Amino acid sequence: MHAHGPDLWPLIGVGVLVAGFMVRLNPLAVVVAAAFSSGLAAGLAPLQVLAALGKAFNDNRYVSLIWLVTPVVGVLERAGLRDRAREAVARFRGPGGGAMTVGQLLLSYFMVRQVTAALGLTALGGQAQMVRPLIAPMAEAAGDAMADPRLTPDQRDLVRAHAAATDNVAVFFGEDIFIAFGSVLLIRGVLAGGGHEVSPLAISVWALPTAALALLIHGARLLALDRRLRRGGR
Amino acid sequence: MIPLDAVYALAGLLFMGVALAVGLDPGERRGMVRAGFYFLLAVSFLLGGQLGDAANGALVLGLVGLAASGALEGGKGEGDVRPDFQPAPAWKLFVPALTLPVVAMVASLVLPQVRIGGAPLLSPVAKSLPAMAGLALGVLAALALAMGLLRRPLTDPVQSARGLLQAVGWAALLPQLLAALGAVFALSGVGTAVSHLVATALPSPDRLSVVLVYCLGMALFTIVMGNAFAAFPVMTAGIGLPLIVGRFHGDPAVMGAIGMLSGFCGTLVTPMAANFNLVPAALLQLRDRYGVIRAQAPTAALLLAGNTALMYFLVFPKP
Repeated sequence: MHAHGPDLWPLIGVGVLVAGFMVRLNPLAVVVAAAFSSGLAAGLAPLQVLAALGKAFNDNRYVSLIWLVTPVVGVLERAGLRDRAREAVARFRGPGGGAMTVGQLLLSYFMVRQVTAALGLTALGGQAQMVRPLIAPMAEAAGDAMADPRLTPDQRDLVRAHAAATDNVAVFFGEDIFIAFGSVLLIRGVLAGGGHEVSPLAISVWALPTAALALLIHGARLLALDRRLRRGGR
Repeated sequence: MIPLDAVYALAGLLFMGVALAVGLDPGERRGMVRAGFYFLLAVSFLLGGQLGDAANGALVLGLVGLAASGALEGGKGEGDVRPDFQPAPAWKLFVPALTLPVVAMVASLVLPQVRIGGAPLLSPVAKSLPAMAGLALGVLAALALAMGLLRRPLTDPVQSARGLLQAVGWAALLPQLLAALGAVFALSGVGTAVSHLVATALPSPDRLSVVLVYCLGMALFTIVMGNAFAAFPVMTAGIGLPLIVGRFHGDPAVMGAIGMLSGFCGTLVTPMAANFNLVPAALLQLRDRYGVIRAQAPTAALLLAGNTALMYFLVFPKP
């Protein structure tokens, strides 16, 4: 042990993780290697690391529950959901009366998602429930209408990635305005642990400036995405 | 009472169905190995609560071994689209599609209030249960509606889930495994080591540098651990409360709110937050696994700078 402060050796797991991801080994194997390097460096026995990993894997099963949506999404997509979503977006009108652009479509979704998250309705969106079956195909259809003749494969990936990014940014910087959201309660608990009693409302109002900033920054980037697609860049 | 295990069992049955569909299909290359992966996943969801920690650890090694062997590559994808394919009428598709999030949301708000004979319907021990039970109910409601409206064959849900899951491949397991890694990191003292490094990075403590170190440290710590909730207690106890609040009399509510949101900027750029960043890349079949992170990074950087400025101007008392 070191006299000057906490043991820094467990950080080796972070190094293993970064290096493994960078040389593109199978990420699952990299994660297991990182867990064992940190655990062994911290002085745990191999079986203790295995048990800790097993317990944590079991405790975190809820993360994989998202795959429960695959039967629904699959059935609807096999019956033509993505085709119908593409047709629907062709009827949407942008502010100028023309067809709606990718940026305008995603910005509209951003605002709905941020406001509903701020009201506590975070479950009303999400990558598997909304983005994959509805938002991404709509954004692609809007992109195809802007490009000549259609989006290139690179542009298509870019539009899809932005559909996913829009959902994430909107919900991250909307949900903290809702006073019963987990992170507000966590902030309150940690501050109370340090001897500062603060009401949840006092915390959630201070999420508003960042929420406005997120709308400005991400909205400007979405409109810049339109210009980039029109120029034909990826 | 509905325990969380009931929701896990539902997922376990789905994975078991996928394992059978893959294993019984003679057209699947190395079908039995691939079926073994989904079978182990089903075992984890059906029986994981009854297995011991070491047995669960062995299960993890089995799953990762099968995934790393490359056996999951090249499974049958989402099925071929017939050239004469006619999409179903729009309303029959959009109504079930919107039923899922709406039922999930309403159920997650209503279920925790429901009591039967004085006992809460949901087992109160699991905090994440309302959202998860809501998701399961939303899926069941949407699936029942879709099957009724579309008159698809009864095997369609499992077969189409198999197509989607095989398109995602081993990446389906990565978010849960990374979450588990976060717990092992915490147990190994990675958090303490990072906060020690951040604290030693602090030059002469003045208002600007404590705000900089707190906000950037929240983001950095979140990038390493994949979760702002893990970063917040450590950074706040180590730097926020003693320096920003204690020495410079900053407002704890402002510090907490904007500090947490600085951590969220880190969440946007880390593969450790796989459910937000890597799962959508897999779901949308992006060729670049980090495509979503690339799309988010400029927003994250600008917003982190904005948060740091907001905290600097808002947290301290007016002179």
